[in-house]
Amino acid sequence: MPEFHNYTLNFGPQHPAAHGVLRLVLELDGEVVQRADPHIGLLHRGTEKLAESKPYNQSIPYMDRLDYVSMICNEHGYVLALEKMLGIEAPERAQYIRVMFDEITRLLNHIFQLGAHALDVGAMTMFLYCFRERESLMDMYEAVSGARMHAAYYRPGGVYRDLPDSMPQYKPSKYKNETETARMNEVRSGSLLDFIEDFTNRFPTYVDEYETLLTDNRIWKQRTVDIGIVTPERAKQLGMTGPMLRGSGVEWDLRKKQPYEVYDKLEFDIPVGTHGDCYDRYLVRIEEMRQSNRIIKQCIDWLRHNPGPVMLDDHKITPPSREHMKTDMESLIHHFKLFSEGYSLPAGEVYSAIEHPKGEFGVYLVSDGANKPYRLKIRAAGFAHLSAMHEMTQGHMISDVVAIIGTMDIVFGEIDR
Amino acid sequence: MKHFVQFMKSLFLLELLKGMNVTGRYFFKPKMTLRYPEERTPLSPRFRGLHALRRYPNGEERCIACKLCEAVCPALAITIESAEREDGTRRTTRYEIDLTKCIFCGYCEESCPVDSIVETHIFEYHGEERADLYMTKEKLLAVGDKYEVQIAQAREQDARYR
Repeated sequence: MPEFHNYTLNFGPQHPAAHGVLRLVLELDGEVVQRADPHIGLLHRGTEKLAESKPYNQSIPYMDRLDYVSMICNEHGYVLALEKMLGIEAPERAQYIRVMFDEITRLLNHIFQLGAHALDVGAMTMFLYCFRERESLMDMYEAVSGARMHAAYYRPGGVYRDLPDSMPQYKPSKYKNETETARMNEVRSGSLLDFIEDFTNRFPTYVDEYETLLTDNRIWKQRTVDIGIVTPERAKQLGMTGPMLRGSGVEWDLRKKQPYEVYDKLEFDIPVGTHGDCYDRYLVRIEEMRQSNRIIKQCIDWLRHNPGPVMLDDHKITPPSREHMKTDMESLIHHFKLFSEGYSLPAGEVYSAIEHPKGEFGVYLVSDGANKPYRLKIRAAGFAHLSAMHEMTQGHMISDVVAIIGTMDIVFGEIDR
Repeated sequence: MKHFVQFMKSLFLLELLKGMNVTGRYFFKPKMTLRYPEERTPLSPRFRGLHALRRYPNGEERCIACKLCEAVCPALAITIESAEREDGTRRTTRYEIDLTKCIFCGYCEESCPVDSIVETHIFEYHGEERADLYMTKEKLLAVGDKYEVQIAQAREQDARYR
């Protein structure tokens, strides 16, 4: 009788359920996972090192590309670190815009996570519905920054431009006549704020639809309930943050515990799970979407009634307006100085963290007083989550590995950096 | 009783039917997809696409070779060489953008003091070989000449925010 040994399986890096370039070496006993060994580094682009070679502002576009599902939140972490070091604070309107776009980003991320997770465990419809909503959110990104994903919108001292007063419109085409186009343009007739408000009014219905499709669904429950349980103690020990930690029942959210920007002025709740399995984390994310929607509504309300500057007036750090730059010599000098040399940070170090949709996104910055960082370290939430892969998958079936990767919300841009 | 209700719900596939009700409703609603080359999504005036070099209305090129865009470009995608022209003005002799390096952050446009380098609404360009994606000064000026109306319109719409 021959003796069977464990069977080693390479999962990824080209597996469609591997969410990018995850290579997972699985040691299997039949169909049961004995050991899971994630290999990373296939998307390493050296963002941290790259940042050391360019002035502070020029690293902002690279922050977008870290976690390419929640772009603006990465920028926010970086920009906050710079602001902390410079000892400045953005004008209040800019802070509200930032909070609003952070929450839009949270929706983007959670919708994507939900769609991809559901697709991985076999619910194709969810993926299509989720991407339908992402389209509107990306239109908001584009209207404000000019890019659907990699916005480069936040700057130390505020945001680049104020919210536009009009939205671009659909044009009639071969397939759609005037009336149909007018129907599509209905939500785009007002300003960007009107567009966002219209979306926030519709969005809870969409979330209800997601829940109708998934929450009670027997297949979804079979695939997620009791899969990948993490106890609260273990979750803390593993350095988990965000929905992964809250799914285990630990009420920890930087927006509440260490409020930055204007989160302390806004009303929202922190959902927590009870059991710490994939299903609980799914419910936490669903509720977070509803809460984000609530925050966005409050921001819209405030922004409507409080016009004002969105950028600091300190031209040693923020560029002057184009009109001034063209008419005023001093402004022109500031403009040239800022776009060539940039500004210098005082020597020292700083750590600033924000509640990224995936967890705590931290930026640790060491400055030696020059116009570029001496060292930049990015704390990505996904890295800590991925390192719990072995513990979460051990003893589960191989098909559950896919569900666990989905629930971890892994994006390789931030893990490999 | 609770178990009985649960059993009946489970037996008659209630939650699956509810889900199918949602998908069924969307089956009869108008589609939100667009048939791409003929139909297009609207682009905001801030959209950042293919680059272009602009000219003044009298045909003179705007770029004065201050090299600010070259300095600010995070991806080091811009290369500029300049020389004095016969009429005594400083102009570029070489202005090149490597589109394979460019990350479309829009910093070049932001930095340009004479609104020369701009990012247009073109996002559907292609190249059959690598060199096709290396935009030389002639190519950039040609894009600018062709789309000047659109470029100027978009700049005007966004002028008060910048």
